[in-house]
Amino acid sequence: MTFEYAPAPESRAIVTIKPKYGHFIGGKFVAGGKHFPTINPATEEVLSHIALGGKADVDAAVKAARKAYSTTWSKMSGKERGKYLYRIARIMQERAREFAVLETLDNGKPIRESRDTDIPLAAAHFFYHAGWADKLEYAGLGTSPKPLGVAGQIIPWNFPLLMLAWKVAPALAAGNTVVLKPAESTPLTALLFAEVCQQAELPAGVVNIVTGDGSTGALIVNHPGIDKIAFTGSTEVGKIIARAVAPTNKSVTLELGGKAANIVFDDAPIDETVEGIVNGIFFNQGHVCCAGSRLLLQESVAEEVLHKLKNRMEKIRVGDPMDKNTDVGAINSKEQLAKIIELAAVGDAEGAERWSPACTLPNKGFWFAPTIFTGVTQAHRIAREEIFGPVLSVLTFRTPQEAIEKANNTPFGLSAGIWSEKGSRTLWASQQLRAGVIWANTFNKFDPTSPFGGYKESGWGREGGRHGLAAYLKGVSHE
Amino acid sequence: MSNRIDVKKTYKLYINGAFPRSESGRTYEVKNAKGVFIANPCLASRKDLRDAVVAARAAHAGWNKATAYNRGQILYRIAEMLEGRRGQFIEEIVNVTGATKAKADKEVTEAIDRLVWYAGWTDKIESLAGSTNPVAGPFYNFTIPESMGVVAAIAPETPSLLGLIDAIAPIITSGNTVVVLASTKAPLSAMTFAEVLATSDLPAGVINILTGKKDEIAPWMASHMDIDALDISGLPGKKHAEIKVAGAENLKRIYSFKSADPGRITAFMEAKTVWHPIGL
Repeated sequence: MTFEYAPAPESRAIVTIKPKYGHFIGGKFVAGGKHFPTINPATEEVLSHIALGGKADVDAAVKAARKAYSTTWSKMSGKERGKYLYRIARIMQERAREFAVLETLDNGKPIRESRDTDIPLAAAHFFYHAGWADKLEYAGLGTSPKPLGVAGQIIPWNFPLLMLAWKVAPALAAGNTVVLKPAESTPLTALLFAEVCQQAELPAGVVNIVTGDGSTGALIVNHPGIDKIAFTGSTEVGKIIARAVAPTNKSVTLELGGKAANIVFDDAPIDETVEGIVNGIFFNQGHVCCAGSRLLLQESVAEEVLHKLKNRMEKIRVGDPMDKNTDVGAINSKEQLAKIIELAAVGDAEGAERWSPACTLPNKGFWFAPTIFTGVTQAHRIAREEIFGPVLSVLTFRTPQEAIEKANNTPFGLSAGIWSEKGSRTLWASQQLRAGVIWANTFNKFDPTSPFGGYKESGWGREGGRHGLAAYLKGVSHE
Repeated sequence: MSNRIDVKKTYKLYINGAFPRSESGRTYEVKNAKGVFIANPCLASRKDLRDAVVAARAAHAGWNKATAYNRGQILYRIAEMLEGRRGQFIEEIVNVTGATKAKADKEVTEAIDRLVWYAGWTDKIESLAGSTNPVAGPFYNFTIPESMGVVAAIAPETPSLLGLIDAIAPIITSGNTVVVLASTKAPLSAMTFAEVLATSDLPAGVINILTGKKDEIAPWMASHMDIDALDISGLPGKKHAEIKVAGAENLKRIYSFKSADPGRITAFMEAKTVWHPIGL
C-alpha cells in the first residue's frame, strides 16, 4: 500500500505585501523612480513593484551611510553597537514566520527550508556578531582593530535574508555602515528587514537598502564614497568587480561560484551517504554555490549507491513551496531555468545519460525535476561549469588519489564532501582537497561561528567566525 | 700576487634547484655605483618564468606536506648558511650598491635574523590563525590555515638582499613555493643567495629566483593562470592597478606589504573549515 501526503499549505495571511516599494535610505523609506515587478516563481504571480535604484539613489544612500558612520556609528562604543545587533536578532526571531513566508513567496524555496534554515540562521548571525562588537581587540586581528567605513554589499537571490545577515551583521559589529543591494528577483525580505531596523531604532543611515538590478550594483561597486565591497554571486561578475576596484583603495571580499566534489569512498555508510548526496545537490533546488554538484563514486560501490540514490529520488516531493511537505520548490527565475535547461541539454549532447524520477510539475511557474547524469567525464561541461540547479553529475574513481585529483581538477574551490567511516582517510582527504569548506559525512551545514569561503576562483576572504571579521576591519599589514 | 687574474662568477638564474642561463640567451649589464662594469646577469624571459612556475608547482605538494618542524629547520639552515658567508654578501653589497661596509653589514645581519624569525613561525602560525568553532549542532568543526600554492613575488630594488628575504620567507613559511624576481639594479646578492639555498637542504623548486626587468616580468606573473597569489611590494604604486586588473583573470590574491609581520604569512594562506558529525 502507498501512503499519500495530504496537502499541508502554510498560510500567507501573516504577510502584508505593499503594491510598491521604494528604497530604505537614512532610516526612511523613500520613493523610487522607475519600478520593476517581483514575482512568485512558483506561480508567476506579481507580488509587488520594486524601485530600480539609479545614481541619485545610490548617492543618497552612500551619503546617509557616510553621515551615520562619521557622526554616530564609529563614535558609539562596541557595547552599545552590540545591543542594537541583539535587538535586531530578537526582532527577526519574533517575526520569523513572517520572514519565512515572504522568503518562500519571493524566492520559490520550500517553506520548510526558509522556516528551518534561512531565517533561524539569519537571526543567529546577528546574535553571534552582536557579541563581537565589544570584543574586537581580542579577535587576534591586530591590537587596535578599526572599521573600514562605508561598505557596499551586493547579495544573491538564493538565500536572500541569510546572505543579508552574512553581510550586514559582521559589517555593523565591526563598526561600519552599509549600503546593501538585494538581488533583483528577491528584494522583499530585505525590505522587511528595513522595518526591523526601524523597530530596533537603529540610528538612521547605518543600514541603507537600495533595490535594483545589475546596473544598480555597478553604481555601488564604482562609487567613490564607498570603502569596501562585499559581493556574493557568480565568478564572472566577481572578476568584473575585481578589475573595477583594482585602481581604487577599496577592500574587497568575494563569495563566488563552485563545482563541489562529493566523494564517496567504498567504506562509506551508504544510507547516510545517499541522504547527504540528496541534501548536497537538491537542497534549495541546487541554487547553492557550495552544492555537491559533482558526485565522485568509488567504482566498487557505484552501482549500489546509484540504485539507492534513484530510489530515494523517487520519493522527493517537488511542488508548491508553501506546502510544508515539499522538498524541492520552484526555480527562482525564468532566466535561471533557461540556463539549467541549456546546460542539461549540453549534458545530453555530450553523451552523458540523464535520469529523473517520474514527477508531475506544476503548469505555472518555473520548474525543473531533480536530475542526475551518469557516465560523466571530466571533460564534460556539466562536470566543469556551475549549473546552479537540481542537476547532479556522477563520475567514478578507483583509488583515493584519483578521487582527489578529479575533485581538485577545477578552477573553483569552495566546498567538498567526503563520505567514509575511516577517520584517517577522512582527515587525509580533507587535507588534500583544495576547498574552503569540507563536509565529512555531512553536507550543506552552516553556522555563524564557522568560516565560509573559497579557494582559487571561488572568491576572496571568509564570512562567519573569527575569520569573517577580518573582512570588515583594518589592522592587517597588507593592503 | 697582485698579478693574479680574478676568477669571476657567471650569474645565472635559480630554477628547480639548478642554475640555468635564461632560455632567451639574454643578459643585461650591472654596474657599480661608480659606473664600473661588474657582471652580466640573466635577463629572464616569459619562458623562464613559466619554467620556474612549473618547478614551483611540482615542488608544492612535497613542501606543503613537510612537517612544520621540518620547514622550520630548513629555514633555520638557510640562516646558518647565510651567516657562514656574511663576508661575501657584505662585500658584494658594498661593491654593487656603493653602500658603506657598516650599512651592508647591518643589512646582512637583519636578513639572517629575519630568516631565524620566520623559521620559528612555521610551527606556530597555524595555532594562532586557526580555530575550533562551536557550531550549534552535534559536529566537530575546525578551521585550519594552509598554504595557497605557488606565489610569485617582486622583490624591492633596495635593500636588495633583505628585501628579497622579506618577500620569500613569509611565503615559504606556510608551505607555499615561490618564484621571485630580484632587484633589477642589484641582483647579484639574490643570485649568491641562491648558492646558500642550494646548500640548505631546501627541496628543488621551493624557491626559484629570476633576474630581469620588472616591467617585462610582472605582467606575465599577473596573467599566469597557475600562480595563485602575488606579492607586489617591489613594484611602484602606480603600477599596482594594472597588475591587479591582469591578476583578476584567475582572481589572484595580490598584496603589497610595508613590514615584516605574521600577517605577511597569513596573507598567503587559505582558511579551510572541516565539519564532522559527533555520534556513537
